[in-house]
Amino acid sequence: MKRNIALWRRSNAGARASGTANPTTRREVLASSFMIATIALVGQRSALADLPAATAEVEKFSMGRKAVPGRITIGLPEIAENGNSVPLAVVVDSPMTPEDHVTEVLLIADRNPRPVIATFRFTPMMGRAQASTRIRLAATQNVIVLANTSVGGLLIGQRPVKVTIGGCGG
Amino acid sequence: MIEKPRIKLPKETKRAEIFQIKTLVSHPMENGLRRDKDGAMIPRKIINSFTCEFNGRPVFSCDLDTAVAANPYLEFAARIEQSGTFRFTWRDDDGSTITADETVTVVP
Repeated sequence: MKRNIALWRRSNAGARASGTANPTTRREVLASSFMIATIALVGQRSALADLPAATAEVEKFSMGRKAVPGRITIGLPEIAENGNSVPLAVVVDSPMTPEDHVTEVLLIADRNPRPVIATFRFTPMMGRAQASTRIRLAATQNVIVLANTSVGGLLIGQRPVKVTIGGCGG
Repeated sequence: MIEKPRIKLPKETKRAEIFQIKTLVSHPMENGLRRDKDGAMIPRKIINSFTCEFNGRPVFSCDLDTAVAANPYLEFAARIEQSGTFRFTWRDDDGSTITADETVTVVP
């Protein structure tokens, strides 16, 4: 317990220095308890099969195509201390020429009340298939990114994120 | 209400050089899951769409859902061949929109 609190404190060093970390010790203890609980659960929760809403969105976007991994890079913190605002960056390896570019990008949070976060629409005028935003995550889960290409391809990327204090309100 | 659009992009760029555009707008992005102090559900009201065009041509756009954080931040890459104007438009669930324009000059 003490070691986990120490790790959690160290991972918050930046936030503490800038004064944005949570200052109350009791809250820190509660939060580190959440972290222990969620780490234990992550291993049991990896299958998308028991997440029907997220699965339905992936299938709808995929339209029967096989998704190819390896070309989508997802920037996401390993641990999100505040589920109300988590930075998310997406980069897709693509020439972004008129002949071959990324078109739609679907962002999914597989355990949020509504799994679809947003749909980005890219054009060759971006020069690079790259965009960022900030998202809400209700709990520890996976962020899944699917991308269509102008030549009919389907790309996929996925990244887990641990959420210490969930942010979906209510 | 959508308020205070803030846009960061270079005033000048080299032809066909990729640069970043960063946008921020004030909006609570009510996801419809919160309750007020009397326990009543606060209805959903979010910015559901953002578009960026350059000289009338689409550059980047997105449909946003309730998991985009309050005060939506959107950053993306862009690359232009000639000088012109970027037009940014945000649309709220209630149909209202806010638009901002920024010019960028291509220098040799």
